[in-house]
Amino acid sequence: MADLRSVLSWYRRMVLVRRFEEETERAFRRGKIGGYLHVYSGQEAVAAGFISAMREDDICFTSYRDHAFALLRGAPPGAVMAELYGKATGLARGKGGSMHLFDVGRGFYGGYGIVGGHIPLALGAAYALRYQGSDRVCLCFLGDGAMNTGAFHESLNMAGLWGQTGQCPLVLIVENNGYAMGTSVARSSAVTDLAARFTAYAIPCERVDGMDFLAVRLAAERAIAETRTSGRPTAVEAITYRFAGHGAADVVQPYRSKEEVDQARRRDPIPTLEGHLHAAGLLDDAAMAAIREEAEQAVLAAVRYAEESPAPPPESLYADVYADTYGGEA
Amino acid sequence: MAIVSYREAIRSTLIEEMDRDLTIVLLGEEIGLYQGTFRVTADLLARYGPGRVIDTPTSETGFVGAAIGMAMLGLRPVVEMMTWNFSLVALDQIVNNAAKIRYFSGGQVDIPLVIRGPNGAGVQLSAQHSQSLEAIYAHIPGLHVVTPATPAEAKGLLRTAIRGNDPVIFLENAALYGSKGEVPEGEFVVPFGAADVARSGSDVTIVAYSRMLAAALEAAEYLAGEGVEAEVINLRTLRPLDRGTLVASVKRTHRAVVVQEQWRPFGTAAEIAATIAEGAFDALDAPVERVTGADVPMPYARNLELLALPNAEDIVRAVARTLYREIKTPSERSSGGQSDG
Repeated sequence: MADLRSVLSWYRRMVLVRRFEEETERAFRRGKIGGYLHVYSGQEAVAAGFISAMREDDICFTSYRDHAFALLRGAPPGAVMAELYGKATGLARGKGGSMHLFDVGRGFYGGYGIVGGHIPLALGAAYALRYQGSDRVCLCFLGDGAMNTGAFHESLNMAGLWGQTGQCPLVLIVENNGYAMGTSVARSSAVTDLAARFTAYAIPCERVDGMDFLAVRLAAERAIAETRTSGRPTAVEAITYRFAGHGAADVVQPYRSKEEVDQARRRDPIPTLEGHLHAAGLLDDAAMAAIREEAEQAVLAAVRYAEESPAPPPESLYADVYADTYGGEA
Repeated sequence: MAIVSYREAIRSTLIEEMDRDLTIVLLGEEIGLYQGTFRVTADLLARYGPGRVIDTPTSETGFVGAAIGMAMLGLRPVVEMMTWNFSLVALDQIVNNAAKIRYFSGGQVDIPLVIRGPNGAGVQLSAQHSQSLEAIYAHIPGLHVVTPATPAEAKGLLRTAIRGNDPVIFLENAALYGSKGEVPEGEFVVPFGAADVARSGSDVTIVAYSRMLAAALEAAEYLAGEGVEAEVINLRTLRPLDRGTLVASVKRTHRAVVVQEQWRPFGTAAEIAATIAEGAFDALDAPVERVTGADVPMPYARNLELLALPNAEDIVRAVARTLYREIKTPSERSSGGQSDG
């Protein structure tokens, strides 16, 4: 494992992600952000733990709860916020919004809005990486709800098959936050031991505390190293929790109690990592305050950038539907 | 020019393109060891190995989605859909991913993907295996929809599809695999969006594509004997659609009959009729006629199945309606036992 000093930089990024999400909720309430908004607060250690263990040329796919993935792969916060604001300077030029952040140049192959629908894409992308003769790996993040889709089972079966010949450098990460929207794992899965679903397809699965960055990071290093070497898929189930509602409009949450949420907040991954760093003598109150202020300024700058950016020009409506144009009309 | 079958035209194009471009991989059910359900991929596993000719489980969502992911990383997958009926299982991947990723990523990735296989009715395959699904796909922005009618078109359009950078719905037809025709040698290409005037005429425009082209040409040949010169337009691609050629033809002939194998409501013919109404309204001397499949799930019994499919006689009758005149169809002539000539 990288030394703890490098972990400090990931702590800094987690703080930024948390502060960024707070601001997106505020902007949503002010009507600045439209559509659906799914914030990542509570789950930061999962994305940060794995992305910190990725190589720069590795790639990842995720679902619609995707802001953190773009930010942690290094996308400028202003371009992420501008996308949420539907501006021309957004990551996807205002065409995708919150659910479809993309930064292919940084190996982030997108957020997807149909639950489970991105898993086959990651499978094929992993195959392509090995076909091209590289040792790059593909990470696929998914929620516990995605494990009940046909796409999940078909993809895992094929991943297990392709892994037999070392052609599937795919790491699957289940972010088990306990709920598919408002339906708990117990109410949606006949078998609540989710790891069993991976082993059914000959894919080893490790369970990890998804609220602890260091634990996730170690599991990520093991899974990524194994998959990079063998070309076989691996899986990690990260037990985590979503502090906010499913979406920003999900204010009333009859599917869970306030006590449950409060209890989960006591396992908040950010103070947990602060504890580790404090104990190692790498973080004191002054440094923490400085990091928070840095995040504050970065987020405010991102908001300013988004506010001041122009809307996409009307002529961009028909741009980027096709790569090729022929005679005739679509 | 060589005379080759529609099947061989597709197969040889796959070979020619795979020989020149290592990024092309094939995926599908029974395409390798089994040699392909319709033998389009015969011998390709032996030729290219299991890394490039990938036999998949019965998992349309899985392998279509995987092909999209491969395309996002720069491969050029060609997926065989055993028949297009099964594509409905993968509809989410095709419509929600293949067609949209380029757009909602702001143009960050291309999806150079071809999905090919037989579309339309066979012989007594009944309701689940006889569908013509082109309108479903032609409705979706982000997809190209291609409907070759001849071996030459199959070759030229497939080459364009494989070398292009967008998802292509490549609709073959099982009844055409054995049909033969002249195919130019060399790197012959047919562009998308360019309809072919398969027969010139001045009295009525018959619009067709895929397997229905043969019925349209048969009707036109018969009509010529009745003193009616029909122009037959073979669309070749539905998306992009060559609206210019359609409208220009109807402006000359003043009448149009559109032929499709699929169900009538919301189908290709409705789109073409609207295109003609928009572009040649003043030129029309009769309402646009639609000749279509019956609006029922395909029945099994052979007599009912034949009733459900459009044929040359239906086209002759429709042409007669646009001309406001009586024209005996071939079967009316033979059953009537009378002859004018």
